[in-house]
Amino acid sequence: MTPEADFRLRHRHLLGIEPLDADEIRLILDTAESFLEISRRPIKKVPTLRGRTIVNLFMEPSTRTRSSFEIAEKRLSADSLSFSPSSSSVSKGETLLDTARNLEAMAPDMIIIRHASAGAPHLLARICRSNIVNAGDGAHEHPTQALLDAFTMRQKKGRIGGLRVAIVGDITNSRVVRSNLFLLKKLGATVVIGGPPTLLPVGLDRLGVEVKPRIEQALEGCDVVMMLRIQRERMSHGAFPSLREYFNLYGLTEERVRLAKKDVILMHPGPMNRGVEIANEVADGPYSVILDQVTNGVAVRMAVLYLLSGGAAGELAA
Amino acid sequence: MNWLLRGGRVVDPAGDLDRVQDVLIRDGKIARVAPGIPVDNVPVLDLAGKVVAPGFIDMHVHLREPGREDEETMETGGAAAAAGGFTSIAVMPNTDPWNDSQSVTEYIVSQARQRSVVNVFPIGCVSKQGKGEELAEIGDMVKSGIVAVSDDGHPVASSHLMRMVLEYTKIFDIPVIDHCEDRSLSEGGVMHEGYHATVLGLKGVPAASEEIQVARDLILAEMTGGRIHIAHLSARGSLELVRRARARGVRVTAEATPHHFSLTDAAVSESAYDTNTKMNPPLREEADRRAILAGLADGTLDAIASDHAPHNAIEKSVEFDHAPFGILGLETSVSISLDRLVGGGVLNLKRLVALYTTGPAGILGLKRGTLAPGAAADVTVLDLDRNVEVDVSSFRSRSRIAPYHGLKLSGAPILTLVGGRIVFDGRA
Repeated sequence: MTPEADFRLRHRHLLGIEPLDADEIRLILDTAESFLEISRRPIKKVPTLRGRTIVNLFMEPSTRTRSSFEIAEKRLSADSLSFSPSSSSVSKGETLLDTARNLEAMAPDMIIIRHASAGAPHLLARICRSNIVNAGDGAHEHPTQALLDAFTMRQKKGRIGGLRVAIVGDITNSRVVRSNLFLLKKLGATVVIGGPPTLLPVGLDRLGVEVKPRIEQALEGCDVVMMLRIQRERMSHGAFPSLREYFNLYGLTEERVRLAKKDVILMHPGPMNRGVEIANEVADGPYSVILDQVTNGVAVRMAVLYLLSGGAAGELAA
Repeated sequence: MNWLLRGGRVVDPAGDLDRVQDVLIRDGKIARVAPGIPVDNVPVLDLAGKVVAPGFIDMHVHLREPGREDEETMETGGAAAAAGGFTSIAVMPNTDPWNDSQSVTEYIVSQARQRSVVNVFPIGCVSKQGKGEELAEIGDMVKSGIVAVSDDGHPVASSHLMRMVLEYTKIFDIPVIDHCEDRSLSEGGVMHEGYHATVLGLKGVPAASEEIQVARDLILAEMTGGRIHIAHLSARGSLELVRRARARGVRVTAEATPHHFSLTDAAVSESAYDTNTKMNPPLREEADRRAILAGLADGTLDAIASDHAPHNAIEKSVEFDHAPFGILGLETSVSISLDRLVGGGVLNLKRLVALYTTGPAGILGLKRGTLAPGAAADVTVLDLDRNVEVDVSSFRSRSRIAPYHGLKLSGAPILTLVGGRIVFDGRA
């Protein structure tokens, strides 16, 4: 636990991991410990956010992130509602700003936004009184994913600093990788990036990561391996010739897992493409912590909602 | 229209002049430039301490008329130009309809004559409707007043068409202006491909997208002997290509914009996705910016052009991915240039004036950009000591989109005369 009981987040919004400092990240992770405990009780509900209204504005399809936020909100007793493009006026041509202004007029306390365009949460943050939580914006950031990943690493490894974390897959188009990279660097881990050169963005060297074009090199000696989802539509953009060849060159097989440390843990932000980026038997193997990530996601999101609504480290109702 | 402009520092690169002189204007033309001209019954403008230059020319402007009068019109664009120190503007053909025929050219010319306070020189299309397929009727448009051809905004993708237009325009001795972009490399891109695009998760446009098309255009210009003009050059590789081609004798000219020599892609990060930092070609890296500064100083670049691109504020206030490319430039171009180029010690005042006068006039074949006796009395007066703070709400333009709001600059245009008529007076 952070020593000062009244330590709070310095930001009104969670737009990304990049603006946070290491203490704020630790505060969120520590706070999530308490909320994980709540999720294990028979009655999984606390009155912490009673009377607060939270809007889940999901303008891009998402099942797990949205469910995770909704469960977190319910466990904190917040009143929440979910919007998605098919059921809202967005499909009628309303701009994002108008949608936001309309939501704001109903005086919510927080808006959770998922959007296909990078920077959409920043646009909202410019005009909204509510706290904005980025639940994934284009290829930019997915901060709560990185937080739940870090929480899981800490849970399994006891630390983040000093870990060697390999992230393999479509780096160019991944918001998960950016958030993870910022977080892991801030907490002192070594990040190794692996993937086909056609899916590695320029300038990675300036972000202080090791870049390995072959998965074997990336996995060597790592404590954590994180496999990223391969989107089938990337194939049509010519980044690789076939899913079959992708699996042959980059798929995580048992043989390749053995290149990592013996006690390696395997993570995946989901949803998985079995047989594309990950072999079936690996996904279900003993080192897989993929379902722990999902469980921890709820606790981490409860912590984020609690802290953004003004909560402090030491004030948590037991 | 008669005036005596008294006691200003006359900077006229066409006449290789930089000296305190009087300028006498009679009947809308320059009558005499000399020290201590004695006159009676001619009104006097005392310009001691100010710079008197030939009227500035912005050779890359989007007026949006006809078609998008909600974004800019002859009146508002003309007033913005005058306030920015410009006496002439060349306007791009990507209006609605495109300026691809004599009738549209004639419409623009006649509307401009009635409603714009500055001279408007239309640029015609390379191809019908800017589609990049068949040549537009360039001869007809030349008869009605176009000074160049371009499918601006729609880069000429077909090498064959580019060859044809470079050959065909030799009949009229007008330049072909190309927005150089290999769309197969830039498709979906919204900012420069580099470190900042990677951090922001935005799709990048590589410098190679511009450089490849510049290289192709130069090869075709060399082969045909036609005249190619590279619009808004943004990448250092393109500059090097132009420099080497010119040394070989290729008939190439090039322009750069104030945003490309004053800002970099870091502005997209620093502004947290402000769509006022989104333009095409995109803001590039510091090394590119420095290369452009060097190109402006050493003559590889012939003109500063603003690429003034008005957009409706509502269309620009959206997700970065969805916002249209482009920002305003007419009302900030000269102050940014004075502050960053002259104030910044990159080049001297005479060179700067050349980039706004003899440079573009030479490219477009205009008998302007000079204070020689007999020339039209287009005059731009500058105050190098005027401190300005950019306030987008004060723009004459119909649009408000610029990444410079609140920027403090030293040096500004204070008086603009077109054909001897005062079209802007910002003297304190």
